[in-house]
Amino acid sequence: MATKTFLQAINDALRLEMEKDPNVFIIGEDVGKFGGCFGVTQGLYEKFGERRVRDTPITESGIIGLAVGAAAAGLRPVAELMFVDFIGVALDQLFNQAAKMRYMFGGKAKVPMVLRMPQGAGVGAAAQHSQSMESWFVHIPGIKVVIPSTPADAKGLLISAIRDDNPVVFLEHKVLYGAEGEVPDGEYTIPLGKGDIKREGKDVTVVATSLMVKTALDAADVLAKDGISVEVVDPRCLSPLDTDIILKSVGKTQHLVVAHEAVKQGGAGAEIAAVVAEEAIGSLAGPIVRVGAPFCPIPFAQSLEQAYIPGVDAVVAAVKKTLA
Amino acid sequence: MQQPDKKVLLDMYSTMTKIRLFETEVQKFFGEGLIPGFVHLALGEEASATGTCAALKPSDMITSTHRGHGHCIAKGGDPKLMMAEIFGKSTGYCKGKGGSMHIADFNLGILGANGIVGAGGPLAVGAAFSCQYKENGGVCACFFGDGASNQGTMQESLNFASAWKLPVIFVNENNGYGISCPTSKSMAITNISDRSAAYGIPGATVDGNDVMAVYEAVSEAAKHAREGKGPTLIECKTYRWRGHFEGDPCVYRDDKELKEWMAKEPIGRFKKTLLENKVATEAELEGLKKKAEEEIAAAVKFAKESPVPKVDALLEDVYA
Repeated sequence: MATKTFLQAINDALRLEMEKDPNVFIIGEDVGKFGGCFGVTQGLYEKFGERRVRDTPITESGIIGLAVGAAAAGLRPVAELMFVDFIGVALDQLFNQAAKMRYMFGGKAKVPMVLRMPQGAGVGAAAQHSQSMESWFVHIPGIKVVIPSTPADAKGLLISAIRDDNPVVFLEHKVLYGAEGEVPDGEYTIPLGKGDIKREGKDVTVVATSLMVKTALDAADVLAKDGISVEVVDPRCLSPLDTDIILKSVGKTQHLVVAHEAVKQGGAGAEIAAVVAEEAIGSLAGPIVRVGAPFCPIPFAQSLEQAYIPGVDAVVAAVKKTLA
Repeated sequence: MQQPDKKVLLDMYSTMTKIRLFETEVQKFFGEGLIPGFVHLALGEEASATGTCAALKPSDMITSTHRGHGHCIAKGGDPKLMMAEIFGKSTGYCKGKGGSMHIADFNLGILGANGIVGAGGPLAVGAAFSCQYKENGGVCACFFGDGASNQGTMQESLNFASAWKLPVIFVNENNGYGISCPTSKSMAITNISDRSAAYGIPGATVDGNDVMAVYEAVSEAAKHAREGKGPTLIECKTYRWRGHFEGDPCVYRDDKELKEWMAKEPIGRFKKTLLENKVATEAELEGLKKKAEEEIAAAVKFAKESPVPKVDALLEDVYA
């Protein structure tokens, strides 16, 4: 166990898997000598060489397509898109190719690839470099969607994602890159589809993902002062979704708040709310309340961006609303 | 270039004949309502698929298109499993879950037909990357049409493969129309292979209805790729006898054009060459044709008699 940043934990996972499996390689824009736009692949080019840590042209369809083709032909690629916002120019290779190959070819294909993509607002990157796009991916059968909130989870989930025989979308909040936490040494894995209780509580369940887990934990501290005990559940993967951990928690607290930074309308939180409504509405003692960004593009000016990002106050208000 | 041996030549004759017969049967059964969905026939385009795949090794790979039956047969695909798939039967290549546009056989290096125009390019780049990475000497042929040649994905793929010297053979089957739109309206050039210059790679336009011309061009491209010199762009000028899809009324082209192209049909031409050069006798070729007829008839019988998928297969194979 050592204290590491979220970024170092991801780097650690990449290095360990590349040491272990010669079929694992990294491609993406500026992932080589440059070390990645955010520095996630730093040092890997020096360690593994250009054959396995390879800069691509700025060609997102090509990057994802190369990963899909190489995975189908027996390799285990880890591809990086510089920002999740760039998925729009390359989506076909993910949702029509990677996600569907196995099914439409009758179970013959295996597409063991990971697509790492930084997302999230908070750095003044404006409308095309700040979005949280997880709900797009959750709607696609055939891929898995991983969205870690801590350095330890990032490491354990990424190693599992690389070893998984399916296409895995791995979403990293760029504000989390500098977050520190205790990270287990060596080959640490977390099964995909297993959520985690980040804080135990008895009055209300807050299901949160990515950076919003920290916001929810901060809100829990605030609410504790009012005598409200909040349980924070981090599903860690949105597809497959650990519905058991959510339903169990809601069964205990009888109240649900779902919080994410992505736009609230049509967000992944709507799916979680719907699952609870379908499976456990009888056990609820208050309305399900969702916290998410307003229905507008992400603004540049700091004052506007901060108003856009759902914060501690929004989670506190949501908890109070469901308990009212 | 050295003349291929008799077996290669006769195999090409058999393959083209099989494709012709296969597609003719699909046309018939689609017309009778026995085949659901969409089918895109390669009648008239037998030579580009056949000449390309004959120049590859069994371990080499291909990516195919919506008009992919010919590619699949040419790469060694089993007509029984293909026909069953097209009929939507559980015995088909994809257990009836793919249909005409999604036939694949990874054991034969057939990485799949594709319902998205131009999507095979990046996949071929990836497959070729795996050959370069593993240093196994393999190549990947990427079939794509004139319509696909205008997609961004194909430009990205050509650039990617040329920048990394990946062993891709880009085989453009230019049949003159992207659905109804003639190439004269969709591009400002006459020869798609001219685009090779933009990527600094060899390019060639060949008579796509001359199986030997295709075979020779692809053989050269395969040698080039295996030597680590990167991709080649080969344009095969050809023509589809049927519409873009079965049911297409073809209002965008006239009968005269079709008749001219039918006069240039690839199988009869190749047969003539084989006879003139005394590679085979009329009786030998007739024997091969009969064998192909039997194989396709067996495929039809197999497809018709096979069961439809059981409903409980619906959720199988979404994930590995």
